[in-house]
Amino acid sequence: MLSKKIAICNKKVCVSCGTCTKVCPPEAVSVYKGCYAVVDRELCVGCGKCAGVCPVSCITVREREAVNE
Amino acid sequence: MNRKRHWYDYLWIWAIIYFSLGFFNILFAWLGMIDFFLPLAIAVIGGNKWFCNNFCGRGQLFSLVGGKLGCSLNKPAPSWIYSKWFRYGFLAFFMIMFGNMVFQTYIVFAGAGTLKEVIKLFWSVKVPWGWTYTAGMTADWIAQFSFGFYSIMLTSFIIGLIVMIFFKPRTWCAFCPMGTMTQLICKLRNGKSH
Repeated sequence: MLSKKIAICNKKVCVSCGTCTKVCPPEAVSVYKGCYAVVDRELCVGCGKCAGVCPVSCITVREREAVNE
Repeated sequence: MNRKRHWYDYLWIWAIIYFSLGFFNILFAWLGMIDFFLPLAIAVIGGNKWFCNNFCGRGQLFSLVGGKLGCSLNKPAPSWIYSKWFRYGFLAFFMIMFGNMVFQTYIVFAGAGTLKEVIKLFWSVKVPWGWTYTAGMTADWIAQFSFGFYSIMLTSFIIGLIVMIFFKPRTWCAFCPMGTMTQLICKLRNGKSH
């Protein structure tokens, strides 16, 4: 079952440092071609660890249902 | 969940070794060129930020000291720190100061100036550093570059430590000139859509 919450990265702000990729328990975050971080919607458990370490506060944890990509 | 550890997860040790060596023999400062050219080479050839993401010893050290060791207030950084104008502005400033340092090296190389055994912190405060070099060990310009380059490395490290203490541990990454440069290269390389 998918989690109720999910992490979302603001591509415009992300500096692609990769800090988030190191703390994600299910390894759901990766840096796409050095441009920005992307979250795998299937793997993300919405724990918010990535948002906690992001130096530029570009990751937010939101309700999965409210997020339509 | 314990993730698999890689050899490159320990590169924070390299950051400590690098800065320590500069207290014994300034010529080791040249090793810092690896941290300068490797990220650029990876960005240009590979089109990614593998260096920032996995190899940056400095970033790892900030994560370790600010994160695990708890030496960070962990507050969100003010938004101007990661705004485009500040990031690119700091990159421009950094490159100008780097160019200035290379020019100082050239002046010594050309014989128009003499070797100054000092390091300059924050591009202004001169600190005597003569014990790390014995005159005549190498050509003066090689030593001059070492003092200049180590000054830049140490200054940026101290700035990184300061922002680590007040904000999230890796706040330095937000405006690190190497990070800004490599991200720009990746964006240009991978098209405008990103």
